[in-house]
Amino acid sequence: MKQLLVFIRKEFYHVFRDRRTLLILFGLPTVQILLFGFALSSEVKDINIAVVDFARDNASQQLISKLQGSTRFRLQRAVLSYPEMETAFRRNTIKAALVFPANFNVDLLHTGHGQLQIIADASDPNTATTITNYLTAIIGDYQQELNQAAGPLPYQIIPETRMLYNPDMNGSLNFIPGVLALVLMIVCTTLTSVAIVREKELGTMEVLLVSPFRPLLVLIAKAVPYLVLSLLDFTLILLLSVFVLDVAVRGSVLLLYLETTVFIIACLSLGLLISNVTSTQQMAMLLSMMGMMLPTLLFTGYMFPLENLPVFLRWAPNVVPAHWYYLIVKAVMLKGLGFGAIWKETLILAGMSVALLGISLRNFNIRLA
Amino acid sequence: MGAVTLQNIRKTYEKGTVLAVDDVSFTVEPGELFGLIGPDGAGKTSIFRILTTLLLADSGTATVDGHDVRKDYRAIRSTVGYMPGKFSLYQDLTVEENLSFFATLFETTIAANYDLIKEIYEQIEPFKTRRAGQLSGGMKQKLALCCALIHKPTVLFLDEPTTGVDAVSRKEFWDMLGRLKQQGITILVSTPYMDEATRCERIALMQSGKILSIDTPANIIKAYPGKLYAVKADAMHPLLHHLRAYPAARSSYAFGEFVHVAFWDDQADDDEALRQYLAGKKHTGIVIKPITPSIEDRFIDLMTAAPANAHATATR
Repeated sequence: MKQLLVFIRKEFYHVFRDRRTLLILFGLPTVQILLFGFALSSEVKDINIAVVDFARDNASQQLISKLQGSTRFRLQRAVLSYPEMETAFRRNTIKAALVFPANFNVDLLHTGHGQLQIIADASDPNTATTITNYLTAIIGDYQQELNQAAGPLPYQIIPETRMLYNPDMNGSLNFIPGVLALVLMIVCTTLTSVAIVREKELGTMEVLLVSPFRPLLVLIAKAVPYLVLSLLDFTLILLLSVFVLDVAVRGSVLLLYLETTVFIIACLSLGLLISNVTSTQQMAMLLSMMGMMLPTLLFTGYMFPLENLPVFLRWAPNVVPAHWYYLIVKAVMLKGLGFGAIWKETLILAGMSVALLGISLRNFNIRLA
Repeated sequence: MGAVTLQNIRKTYEKGTVLAVDDVSFTVEPGELFGLIGPDGAGKTSIFRILTTLLLADSGTATVDGHDVRKDYRAIRSTVGYMPGKFSLYQDLTVEENLSFFATLFETTIAANYDLIKEIYEQIEPFKTRRAGQLSGGMKQKLALCCALIHKPTVLFLDEPTTGVDAVSRKEFWDMLGRLKQQGITILVSTPYMDEATRCERIALMQSGKILSIDTPANIIKAYPGKLYAVKADAMHPLLHHLRAYPAARSSYAFGEFVHVAFWDDQADDDEALRQYLAGKKHTGIVIKPITPSIEDRFIDLMTAAPANAHATATR
């Protein structure tokens, strides 16, 4: 027992004396969270739109001031002719244009139908759709106000859309479980496999094997520090999400930690497996980075919708532990669900962890070859 | 019963295509300082790994301290000391941390066996807070030896401990081994340096997985057949060429600034006949002197006697 503790302490020395490892451990999650949270968001913000107001009446002014109130748009108020508008689109100075026809207010009040034109740059269809959705939402808002003021007479049906779980369409929400899965996968798998393979490279593994210390304890001594460090990493990401990205943890934090521990065990086992089959640190690094990162990115479901996978790859997410972990974290952290809702996923993830751990322990060689 | 015994040990790699150890048998007596001498690729490391239970032999049996390497591997692992060839300690731990880690690993403490490593450790103690990665090659070897000795092993396996170490440190290292031997520890050491062979009590000369000869260094030299001369002339390259064409010479090879010429028998006028032969080939500045063969001469001799291995070299 004392040997194990001393061994674990030695592993911590290795980690804390190596700047590279520390960087991967704590720099990587921070950068990932901040990058995904701020830089790589798919939200639209500060979009330049031109407002072409031929009406210049009460209604158009009110609508425009509503648009100005939104942080998503930067309004350029100018009377542009259609050819000028097209030039602006081509120069990319505007992403969309909102055109009020003359007599907008009169038409609206007398016929009950006001017509507006929204022109969007659909060369980037996703952004275009988002912008038009925002615009129609704001217009709809205005319509409702008008109707309330006008009394029950002009019935107008306004489709109400409510964004479940993410009413402000906060893009940070969805990727946090994904980043969690990715970071834990990289940290646990890569660092564990590299830590073991380094002993092989240095020749210390031979000495460790030719000692009274049981070979399996070598693996445990290697795994325990990375389990602890990974949980630290998990805490770091949670704190960053809550305090920097304003994403609240809705479900039980304790449940999250338990589920994360199960996932970490799966990752550690993968790391042990990789260390069994490689003999250089570079190889171990490559295998765990490439071999683990790609499936995690592709098959977890947070980067690309799984529905888009070709039929022959539909089974793939089911065998990726990160996929199940992603589902669990989404349910617990974002939707606030309890264990009852995720017991199936947990069972699958736990089964994978046990199986991987079993395989890696069985494969661990008590000799060199 | 020997401290270490090998019987018909055979080991191949790459699914049997590369023969590393070919039917090797020998016995190391308790308390003996035994050397495996041979160039890289002779099979020394494979033998060490088989004896330290790190590799399984394809066939044959071996015991260490009476324990079978295959069945009783756990018993062997807790009693022997092993210093692998590429052993380089934990670079990011200090000298003291390295030593105390290995002490704990072997279920002992530095204090418990301090007398055994005292002499060696005192030399590196001034640097005990320095990280192992910042030590010189010789210091590293001393620290590694301390780590291998810290649990007072019954048998000590040292795989090429002096490779990559300067001449002074090498000499010191062998002095230390001599003193450890006096403590009753059986030492099995390997080295590619022929000049270190004489520091062992008995040696096995190895080449291509085979043992060429096992005996005391003195007996191995004594067994050298025929006479050996060191020859020098002003034009060395043609000299070697002409000596190889000389019928009475068994073999000729460059050795430092001389060419060593081995003769078939002990005829008295060997050197005189050779001098006339060389003078006939218009050589000037001829020096011919009889010399006592070294281990290396004997090794080259044994190697050339086994024609299959003639391509290998043992010259420096």
